[in-house]
Amino acid sequence: MNLNKERMSARTVSLLKKGEKGIIKSFTDRAMSLKLLEMGCLPGCEVRLDAIAPFGDPICINVGGNYSLSLRLNEAAVIELE
Amino acid sequence: MKQGNIKVALVGNPNAGKSTLFNALTGMRQKTGNFPGVTVEKKSGTFRIADANGHDDAHVTLVDLPGTYSIYPKSKDETVVMDILANPQHPDFPDVVVIVADASNLQRNLLLFTEINDLGIPTVLALNMLDVAESMNLTVNAVQLAMQLNVPVVRINARTGEGMKGLKEAVKQVVGRTEKPALRYFYEPKENEIGLINEVKEIHHLDNDYVALQYVCQHDNFSFLEQPVRAKLDALIEKYGFDENNFLANETIARYEKIKPIVSKAVKSEGATEQPYWTRKLDSILLHRVWGYVTFALVLLVVFQAIFAWASYPMDMIDAGTAAAIEWVKGALPAGVLNDLITDGIMAGIGGIIIFIPQIAILFALVAILEESGYMARVMVIMDKLMRRFGLNGRSVVPLISGVACAVPAIMTTRSISSRYERLLTIMVTPLMSCSARLPIFTILIALVVPETKVLGIFNMQGIALFGLYLLGLLGALGSAWFLSLFIPRREPSYFMLEMPSYKLPRWGHVGFTMYESVKSFVLEAGKVIMAISIILWVLASYGPGDSMNVAEQQVVASMTTAPQEEIDAAVASARLESSYAGQFGRFIEPAIRPLGYDWKIGIALLASFAAREVFVGTMATIYSISGDTEDVLTVKQRLIQEKNPETGGQMFTPAVCYSLLMFYVFAMMCMSTIAVVYRETHGWKWPMIQLAYLMVLAYGSAFLVYQVLS
Repeated sequence: MNLNKERMSARTVSLLKKGEKGIIKSFTDRAMSLKLLEMGCLPGCEVRLDAIAPFGDPICINVGGNYSLSLRLNEAAVIELE
Repeated sequence: MKQGNIKVALVGNPNAGKSTLFNALTGMRQKTGNFPGVTVEKKSGTFRIADANGHDDAHVTLVDLPGTYSIYPKSKDETVVMDILANPQHPDFPDVVVIVADASNLQRNLLLFTEINDLGIPTVLALNMLDVAESMNLTVNAVQLAMQLNVPVVRINARTGEGMKGLKEAVKQVVGRTEKPALRYFYEPKENEIGLINEVKEIHHLDNDYVALQYVCQHDNFSFLEQPVRAKLDALIEKYGFDENNFLANETIARYEKIKPIVSKAVKSEGATEQPYWTRKLDSILLHRVWGYVTFALVLLVVFQAIFAWASYPMDMIDAGTAAAIEWVKGALPAGVLNDLITDGIMAGIGGIIIFIPQIAILFALVAILEESGYMARVMVIMDKLMRRFGLNGRSVVPLISGVACAVPAIMTTRSISSRYERLLTIMVTPLMSCSARLPIFTILIALVVPETKVLGIFNMQGIALFGLYLLGLLGALGSAWFLSLFIPRREPSYFMLEMPSYKLPRWGHVGFTMYESVKSFVLEAGKVIMAISIILWVLASYGPGDSMNVAEQQVVASMTTAPQEEIDAAVASARLESSYAGQFGRFIEPAIRPLGYDWKIGIALLASFAAREVFVGTMATIYSISGDTEDVLTVKQRLIQEKNPETGGQMFTPAVCYSLLMFYVFAMMCMSTIAVVYRETHGWKWPMIQLAYLMVLAYGSAFLVYQVLS
């Protein structure tokens, strides 16, 4: 499932491997982007995948070294990385 | 300086330490209620500000508003924040807003600050969690921050209570200002927004641009605006072609652009910053695909062991104490109706209440510890995918686990679920979680049929049986959620997005306070109902229509002339009860419950417990002490063991009957308060009635099945 997405479009948070880092570039969903912005996920901010829940979903990311955010794979998929 | 009462509202991001600060400021002087007009729980409290000589200077009423990341609500709970802050006529509209900010994540926390600042309400910024910031090598310069933000900034530590004096001083100073400083907006409206803003300001007599923008964006959430007013605002939005979604995203980004340089000036970072080491370490275990579930299961098992095994010692003492007290009063007072009412009616009823204090105290304390420590958020993460399969959300775990204590507050916590669909499903199935009121029933019935043996050396067989019943409730809840999800259409997308707080040691004072509050409300609220029903029941069971009871007695005496006196007494008592009002009532419904294995006596208890299930045991106590041999006072359990089935001559409470009763109480929705809260939360009778019906079918069906199979 992840492979397909990787081929067609940009790197997103949902494709990060455990421990891997990325820098937020943009969001692909408007309603979701507001929530993410309010929770401190800003373009230019570094994120790192910290933990994956059992069954692979949701995931926990570290946002800007500041705090830990848990989100579902489909939510993580709207965050595009540079 | 403003005299008398100062109103202060507390706002902040979730996990910024808002409720800790609330507790630090108000201590025991707090109460819970509802915000007027809405059913959002309102925590308010009071504190005093002393002057330089230590005399009382001002009396402050502090209101704790729901935690939120921005003033744009994402759940029902959060709408209350702007409903108050945009309406100066609201009784809770504050003189000062204290914004609690997590200093270790200042940038995000300041977003909410700038929004509230722009509303033009005087604010004080309380910088909390500086110790966490320090451990992440961050140094926050509060003076620099105060200069840049143009508000008082106070360094506090809500957990230890440091900085409370400074915070109170700052509040006093802001209230005492004779001249309001000119407002510096953090968000400057764009060219194309100004026309709309001015028109809204004129219509609604507002003097603040940002409040006007809130009228535009949030008027559907404002309870103080009538429907025609809302429609007019919609027309204005149309007229100016205002795109709300676009505006919200642009506004938030514009705010962060203002905040970034402020934070980089005020916060010095030395080296890498990280969440505390042990939080990451613990997460790798507690979120692990195997160990995560193992830990969760163990935590639950410990909870049930605690409720059942540890609580049994104080409970046995209370039980014996009550029996002794009743016996003493029986002997001390002159025999007669009054004596019977006090001992068999009131004291038996009260005994049925206070015996459960240990269990309820332990249960509420453990739930509080799980929430306080930050573990509950991890449970939501590991359960989300599973919950989603049943149409629920990871967040549904909190109502479901709190439901183990009591369904009423549990259903109120569903307001944090932003999707209406998931919230409704959670409300519908939460009453299936076995609440503390079911414990009395489970405890007694398990004690009758499950031996008190040890398994694997540490686990008590009865504890495991109890665990099984709770598990059955949980499975019932998940199954019902899945079943109901087939019929309820889903309208909006589902979100999870949850901040993971770092692990903390619970504040024991707060855990103790929660425990005290829950026991108090159980004893007072449930106690009132139980006692009233016990007395009514005693009257109904002691008197019958006309002369029926005496007639029944004479018939028994006449037919049993040769039997020993003891047997005659027992038969007489039983015959009298049977011909009483309560007995006739029980007889009337007996055909309906006969297939479940219940007789008319259980029927009386069943009917009485429709108001509240915890009444069941108290009722049994009253019924069996009236019909039983009055010579010695027995505990409820002993009475039930002695109870004979008049048809077979064997025990009345056979395993089949006990298990059937257990099934019935696992599923039945016998609680007026829950029905009332579901009515309130879903705004109508449709859902509580559907809930009542499906749970009744489930309860009757499973009890029927179990009894027919076992007997």
